[in-house]
Amino acid sequence: MSELKHTALHEEHAALGASFTDFGGWDMPLRYVSELAEHRAVREAAGLFDLSHMGEVWVSGPDAATFLNTALVGNLAVIAVGKAKYSLIVNEQGGIIDDLIVYRIAETRYLVVPNAGNAPTVVAELTARAAGFDVEVVDASADTSLIAVQGPASEAILLDMVREEDRQAVIDLPYYAWVAVKSGDIDAALGGGAENTAVVDGAGGSIDVLLARTGYTGEDGFELYVPNDRAAEIWRLALSLGEPRGLIAAGLAARDSLRLEAGMPLYGNELGLDTTPFEAGLGPVVSFKKDEAFVGRAALEAVKEAGANRVLVGLRGAGRRAGRGGYAVHAGGAQIGAITSGQPSPTLGYPVAIAYVDPAFAEVGTAVEVDLRGKLEPFEVVALPFYKRNN
Amino acid sequence: MSTVQAGLRYSVEHEWVNAESPVAVGVSQVAADALGEVVYVDLPEVGAQLTAGQVCGEIESTKSVSELYSPVSGEVVEVNDAVVADPALVNADPYGAAWLFKVAVTEEGPLLSAEEYASQNDATVA
Repeated sequence: MSELKHTALHEEHAALGASFTDFGGWDMPLRYVSELAEHRAVREAAGLFDLSHMGEVWVSGPDAATFLNTALVGNLAVIAVGKAKYSLIVNEQGGIIDDLIVYRIAETRYLVVPNAGNAPTVVAELTARAAGFDVEVVDASADTSLIAVQGPASEAILLDMVREEDRQAVIDLPYYAWVAVKSGDIDAALGGGAENTAVVDGAGGSIDVLLARTGYTGEDGFELYVPNDRAAEIWRLALSLGEPRGLIAAGLAARDSLRLEAGMPLYGNELGLDTTPFEAGLGPVVSFKKDEAFVGRAALEAVKEAGANRVLVGLRGAGRRAGRGGYAVHAGGAQIGAITSGQPSPTLGYPVAIAYVDPAFAEVGTAVEVDLRGKLEPFEVVALPFYKRNN
Repeated sequence: MSTVQAGLRYSVEHEWVNAESPVAVGVSQVAADALGEVVYVDLPEVGAQLTAGQVCGEIESTKSVSELYSPVSGEVVEVNDAVVADPALVNADPYGAAWLFKVAVTEEGPLLSAEEYASQNDATVA
């Protein structure tokens, strides 16, 4: 086994007593104290996540928009500077290589954010697909940290974190948009003691943050892109200003249960090279209206025409036992699909699962059974997401 | 680091038994920590005949599910309803309030001392 990579915040996690797990080749915090408490904190107040394992790829140059429209399935040329869009990169067969967030930084500059384990593949694919375009693809993943503040209290926490003149920009920031802000003075906020300002030599002062209103939890929330050498200060700033508002550090276990309740797909579970966007319920992400002959276009047009032979649905368990990834879904005495993600929902109090099933059994209300280690237990097809916030 | 309670004996499948008769059976903190937060326990019923080394129930956490192997053979004489009602006890007090069931033992399976079990699992005896 190759050595696991560490984010710039690894020491912070260790100091908080985190349990670590291998995720996409990175040694990441699975939980700090309790994944259920971390899950609840995000639903009720706020959670602080280190997402620095995710990739950051800059695409710059006069052809940036047309290049991305050729390389990705969505129409990235139409998004305004300051906005972001969820997109997919697929292969010639229409199989999903990764799901991505794409930020338009300037007319001719974008930031593409792939998943941790897929980042090298996405960089290689984008680089290969850039041939003939006047663009530069630069992988900044190794230098960039990503910290998320998620939950209903996250706006109030961000207002405390940024300098006064940037507060209105935080309030005005819409979902799936970004803005460049500066943090408040680190020395003042963290007390200026040697313990805090010595995080990095020459640190202190204000920190430049690319602040996005995006997330993967089903709650309001923000994602902060910062250079590695300032990540620990931003992390401590968020912890110290967030704690009075109920913020706690949250690990990947809570992140997974939160995204599952919110019905959001996870690459490797719901998405993979053997799945097309139409099967995964991501048909609207694909733009056939754009002119570009994007990679995978012909294959995806054929899939759309023929219809997918399996679809992603939500399942709710009638009992207490949860279905897990890989478990078979049955109906009418035969297997009609399989679960991709499942667990007891901490917020809802009953087992939830996402499964690929035969489209004939995909209607909400359909009764199915899940093979729970040899015993068929009743489940019902329900609408996704399982959980939706009130505001 | 997980702790192993002195005075109990342990199976390699991470169940503990105490020295009483009938014996109480639980799972070690090593197992509880590895599982994450336990949300459901499925236990054998009173009167069930258990065979050492055989599956007799399961423990489900938010992230995973793990089978429960009986460390001894014999008849189940009591089941801890408190842990069924509040499975989080397995994390909070694995060697105390979270005993799972009691068995009138006819035969023991292979069991390790606390020291042996701790050394095999990178844990400390407390």
